[in-house]
Amino acid sequence: MNTLVQLENVTKRYGSTWALRECTLAIPGGRMAALVGPNGAGKTTLLNLTVGLAEPTTGGVTVLGGRPAGSPAALDGIAFVAQDAPLYKNLSVADMLHMTRSLNRRFDQPFAEARLGELGIPLKRKAGKLSGGQQAQLALTLALARRPRLLVLDEPMAMLDPIARHDFMASVVTAMAADGVSVVLSSHVMAELERVADYLILVSRGRVKVAGEVEDLLASHRVLTGPADETGRYAEQPVVHLRRAEAQARLLVRATAGDPVPTGWQAHPVGLEELVLGYLREPGAEALHGSSRAGQEVAK
Amino acid sequence: MTALTVPARPEHEASLRPVPWRQMAWVTWRQHRMALAGVAALLGVLAVYLWLAGLQVHHAYAAVAACHPASSPACRDLLGDFNTTYAKAEATAALLQVVPVLIGAFAGAPVLARELETGTFRYAWTQGFGRWRWTVAKLVLLAVTVAAAAGAFGALFSWYFGPIFAEGDETPFAPTVFDLRAVTFAAWTLAAFAIGALAGMLIRRVVPAIAATLAIWSGLAITAGIYLRQHYLTPLAASNPNLSGSAWITGQWYTKGGKPVSQSAISQVLQGDPVQRIGAHGLKQTINPVQYLAQHGYTSWMSYQPASRFWTFQWIEGGWLLALSLLLIAATIWLVRRRAA
Repeated sequence: MNTLVQLENVTKRYGSTWALRECTLAIPGGRMAALVGPNGAGKTTLLNLTVGLAEPTTGGVTVLGGRPAGSPAALDGIAFVAQDAPLYKNLSVADMLHMTRSLNRRFDQPFAEARLGELGIPLKRKAGKLSGGQQAQLALTLALARRPRLLVLDEPMAMLDPIARHDFMASVVTAMAADGVSVVLSSHVMAELERVADYLILVSRGRVKVAGEVEDLLASHRVLTGPADETGRYAEQPVVHLRRAEAQARLLVRATAGDPVPTGWQAHPVGLEELVLGYLREPGAEALHGSSRAGQEVAK
Repeated sequence: MTALTVPARPEHEASLRPVPWRQMAWVTWRQHRMALAGVAALLGVLAVYLWLAGLQVHHAYAAVAACHPASSPACRDLLGDFNTTYAKAEATAALLQVVPVLIGAFAGAPVLARELETGTFRYAWTQGFGRWRWTVAKLVLLAVTVAAAAGAFGALFSWYFGPIFAEGDETPFAPTVFDLRAVTFAAWTLAAFAIGALAGMLIRRVVPAIAATLAIWSGLAITAGIYLRQHYLTPLAASNPNLSGSAWITGQWYTKGGKPVSQSAISQVLQGDPVQRIGAHGLKQTINPVQYLAQHGYTSWMSYQPASRFWTFQWIEGGWLLALSLLLIAATIWLVRRRAA
C-alpha cells in the first residue's frame, strides 16, 4: 500500500498561534480520506501543507511517495480545489480551461468540455456569473482534467445547496472509480462523508486525534447503553465518550463485537457520525495507529 | 457521466520536464490585457498629442532659424510664436511627470495583490507550473513590456523637446524634463512597476497597494530630483564663468583674496553705500551687483554640470533605477517562494 501523503512530526505556527502541533500522519493511496474537525482545528493548514501552499515550521511533508510537498514533481501530480473554489471571475469558462491547460503538463481538454457539457455549464459564460454549485463543479473539472494522482478538496461543499452537494460528491466518487484518483477532502459536515469516505482523519485544536480506515474504526468501537448509575464501573481508558439521558447512559467505547458486554447493558455498532462526535466532545481522546486500545477489556 | 479514459501515468516522473515558460505568455496576456490596454491607451493618447504639438514646435523653430535678419520685427514675431510653444511644452512636461507612476501602480500593484485579495493564488500557485516560476514569468513579461513602451514614449518626448534644447536656454537637466527622456522615463516606469509588485505582495490588497506605490514612488522621485541627481558626478567649478543656458548650475559663491565669503557678508557689501546712494541722488543708473562685486575684488564662482554630461547622467540614473527595480522584483519573487499561505 503506497502512502500518498506523509506528515512527519509536523508543526505549523503562524506568529504565536499554533495551527498544527506534532502531527504524524500517513494517508494511504486509493482512498477517499475525510479530514474532519471543527472550524479552526487545522484542517485547512494541513491541506495547505499537503499542496505546498504552506511550509511546516518544523517537520517534513512528502506526497506521492516521497516527493517534497510543493516541489514541481509534487505539484504536477496533485490537483487542489481550495475553499470556495477560487476562480478568475472575469474569465470565461473556456478561458479557465485554456489557463489550466497552459499551466500544466497534462490537460484533458475533451474530457473537460464533455463534462461541462453534461453539467450544462456554457463555455462562454464568465466564471463569476456561474452559480455556486457550477463554480464548484468547474473547479472540480479543472482539477480532474489535470489527471492528478491525488485530488485535494478543501471544504468543497461549504457553499453548495443539498442537491449540488450530492452531485458534487457523485462526481468525485465517479472520478475515483473510473480514474483511480485518490482523494483527500476536508469537511465539517459529516453526513455527506458517511457513505463515501473510507479513511478518516480527525483533527481538533491542531492535533490529529483519530486516523485510520473507517472500516477498522467502526469495527473497534461500540456503543453501550445501560443504567446511568452504573457508568462508574467502566475504566477511563476505553471509554471515549459518555452521555447521560435520564436514567440511561450511552457510552462510546473502544471494543470489538466479540468483547463481553456487562449484564444489564446492550451493545450497538457505532456510526461514523457518532464516532466523530464522540471524539470531538472529548478533547483528550485519541485513536491513532499504535495508540488504539481496541482489544482492551471494557468491563471491570 | 462520460466514460473517463484512464490516462497513461508513468510512475517515474521524478525527472519531470517543467511546463515550458512560453505558456505563461498567454496566461499573462489574458489576465493583464486590461491593464496593458490601459497603458497603451494612456501612452497612445499622449503620444498623439506629443506628435501634433511636436510638429508645431519644430515648425516654429524652423521658421525662427530661417528668418533674416534676426532683429527684424517679423523675426521677433516668429520668435514670440516659438516661445509660446515653449511655454506649452513646459506645462506638458510638468503633467507627464505622473505618467510613470500611473503605469507602474496600475500595472504592477495588482499582479500579486489581486491574487492574494481574491484568493485565486490558491488556484494559480498549485498548478503544475509552480508558483515562483509563475511569478518570475509574469513580472518579467510585464516589466519588459511597460518599460519598452515607456522607453519609446521617452524617445518621442526627446524629439518633441529637441528644438527647445537646441535653442540653448533650457538645460536638459531641468527636473521637469530630465526624467522624461528615453532612458529615465523607462527606468522610472520600471521602478514604479517593481515598487507596485512588491507593495502588492506585502499589502495583499489592490487599492492600498496602489496608494502605497504612488506615495513611495513620488517620495523617491522627489528625493532623486532634489538631492541625488546633482551628485552623480562631481560638479565642475569655474570663476567668473560665462556658462551657456544648457549647463546645470548647482551652486554659487564668492571669494575674496582666495578665501570664501559668506552669503551674509555679500549682502552687507551690496546694501552698503554704492547702490543706495546712487539711487538717493535720483540717478537711474543700474548698477550690476555682479559687476560691482567684481570691481571690489570679489570673485564669483559657480559649480555646474555641463550639458555634455547629459547622457552620462541619463545612464547613471537609468542604471541605479534598473538595479533597484531588479532588487525589488527579486525580493518579490523571494517572498512568493517562501511565503506561508
